[in-house]
Amino acid sequence: MSFTFRLRRSALAVNVLVLALIAGSAFLVYAVPRSILAFMAFQASLLVVYYAPLAHRVKMGYAVLALGVLMPVLGTINGYYMEIAIQVGIFVALALGLNIVVGLAGLLDLGYVAFYAVGAYLWAIFGSPQAGKFISAALVSFPLAPGWFFVFLILGVAVAGVTGVLLGLPVLRLRGDYLAIVTLGFGEVIRVLANNLDKPWNITNGPKGITPIQRPPLFFDPLLRVAGIEVSPFTLYPLYFYFLVLAVVVVVILVNQRLEHSHVGRAWEAIREDEVAAQAMGVPLVRMKLLAFAAGASFAGIMGVIFSAKQLFINPESFTFLESIGVLAMVILGGMGSIPGAIIGASVVTILNLQVLKGISLWLNELRNSGLEFLGFNLANLPSQFEPAKYERMVFGIILVLMMIYRPEGIIPARRRRLETYHRGEEPPP
Amino acid sequence: MDWPLVLGILPQVVMDGLVLGFMYALIALGYTMVYGVLELINFAHSEIFMVGAFVGVEILLVLRAGGLLDPLNPFLVLLLIVLTGMLVSGLLAVAIERVAYRPLRSAPRLIPLISAIGVSFFLQDAVRLVESLWRNAFYLTYPSFPVFNKRIELGETVDFSVKSLLVIAASLMVLVALQFLVNRTRLGKAIRAVAEDQPTASLMGINVNRIISVTFLIGGAMGGAAGVLFGVQYNTVNPFTGFIPGIKAFTAAVLGGIGNIPGAMVGGLVLGLLEAFAASYLSLFTGGAFGAEYKDIFAFSILILILIFRPRGLLGEVVRERA
Repeated sequence: MSFTFRLRRSALAVNVLVLALIAGSAFLVYAVPRSILAFMAFQASLLVVYYAPLAHRVKMGYAVLALGVLMPVLGTINGYYMEIAIQVGIFVALALGLNIVVGLAGLLDLGYVAFYAVGAYLWAIFGSPQAGKFISAALVSFPLAPGWFFVFLILGVAVAGVTGVLLGLPVLRLRGDYLAIVTLGFGEVIRVLANNLDKPWNITNGPKGITPIQRPPLFFDPLLRVAGIEVSPFTLYPLYFYFLVLAVVVVVILVNQRLEHSHVGRAWEAIREDEVAAQAMGVPLVRMKLLAFAAGASFAGIMGVIFSAKQLFINPESFTFLESIGVLAMVILGGMGSIPGAIIGASVVTILNLQVLKGISLWLNELRNSGLEFLGFNLANLPSQFEPAKYERMVFGIILVLMMIYRPEGIIPARRRRLETYHRGEEPPP
Repeated sequence: MDWPLVLGILPQVVMDGLVLGFMYALIALGYTMVYGVLELINFAHSEIFMVGAFVGVEILLVLRAGGLLDPLNPFLVLLLIVLTGMLVSGLLAVAIERVAYRPLRSAPRLIPLISAIGVSFFLQDAVRLVESLWRNAFYLTYPSFPVFNKRIELGETVDFSVKSLLVIAASLMVLVALQFLVNRTRLGKAIRAVAEDQPTASLMGINVNRIISVTFLIGGAMGGAAGVLFGVQYNTVNPFTGFIPGIKAFTAAVLGGIGNIPGAMVGGLVLGLLEAFAASYLSLFTGGAFGAEYKDIFAFSILILILIFRPRGLLGEVVRERA
């Protein structure tokens, strides 16, 4: 009796605490719109929800409250946060896709962003006048109507998945390092193609990129009008993309969870641990590896379609090796094979790139302009090249190395993985 | 098809391919040495190469600023910058191994690979930062020597510069020296023993850590030499110079059979020749539809084909995979 009472009371305390955190940080973001720390506190409150000792349903409720209600409101007030939230969502989906390939199946893919490019170019070409340059206008006129966007979301999944299988087929016999280098080469090939397929047929418009790309139709706009709400597309589109990305992320997470706990997921993990043994136990290697490649690629494909519609403009610059490594770093930082890990990894890296480094740069600039003296050194003399935002690779590199040395299992390790990354004879952490 | 034209430029294409190929081979040797001993793709090798190129250009620029460049014998200067580049790059490689690879030696193999990528990114920006602070620019140009640019004519159709010859000669020298070192000396024997089986080698009284450091020193030094020669040959360097030659050289190493020294050489040459052929003939054979920019695609397609039909590479042996 007294035990259940204490438990209930503590659950209440936790609930109050979590609610206070979410509401408080949201209010901070609202009150101090320029503060990066406030926004990070808001994001951290979601992490607290994840770790809080609460029932699964309750946690989901808080997540829906924060991501479905508070974030859109805050994002409408300050569009910059909305942009970051969309960006984080896109990378979360990419990281979850790569998590299947690298984290679950153990196939090291260094050219993952190529599939993202495939999706992005697919909609960019047909959702802009670009396709008219190599397909006769007599058949169809381009750009396609905005409504086709939804068809291309599905198409993006299919085409990227097929590309994944096409890459997977020849390289399946390879392992580890060889696979890594071939996927790296594949990524470069896609980039070279995007860069140069403006002749003999102008398919990708080369380095100039493609613009303008169609946005999806505001099919609910009439409904809003009937309800008496007049919103300009400028405020509506960020919200639209936010919820679209959020919806895709939710689907991706569900698919990921289902896969992980199905026999397919276990087969992948078996392959990752020991290919020979897995094969001996009857795991169909070829089929499973192809499936991993296709599943990972299709997530990237759908996000590519959304990305090109959101940006209105794409060029090969967005699909470089750095991007592939960026996504890989998200998976590894978060914890390979771990779904919450991939999510937190993607958030941390994106926010670090978009917010923290830029913030430090701005802060340094202010110091410079203030001409403050520090230990006899006038800060106005700080070299102008010293700008953290420009040196994202350096910060990234240091993080990768330190992480590998001190916490190779990632921020939120997968349960099984946590035991593995510790050497034999060493005690795993609890 | 304009056959006289095709045949007419053939000797020149072969020559260009050889120069490029020896350059790749020299970088590939660094990958292959490290892979042979540790079974680790030293992703940072392309940045070790880039640092070598920067050491070379910095010495030349400092000498020129001091007015010392012109009075000195260019061949002496070249020797100086190659040796300094080798020293700095070699020591850098040893430091990288000590900091980023040694603590991870018994970890699953994905983990040191990631830290290698981390080191590689770090070095790109570190060099960019240092050069930005020091020169306010990070795209640097090698001062040119008239002697190196002098063309040697062979018959009517082929001519090449002295510096191309230097690249070929230096690579050949390094290859021979390395073959001798690995196969004929005590140190080489120790390196082979460590590559074969680390615990057993250490039981036989070999200091495994020291041998691995020495391997990195040699591999890094070759990367440095390649970097300086690359700078002399192609004139401009920047912090991202290393990436493309790096992956091409790795491709070459895989092509020849990674871990195999003559293999790296053969792989480099095949890749270099192939690239030169693609660069010159692609537009000729397709009527101008596809140009030289597709040469990279050929390099990687060849890599995939080789790996499908002969995964151990042209000269490689079957290697057991470490989990």
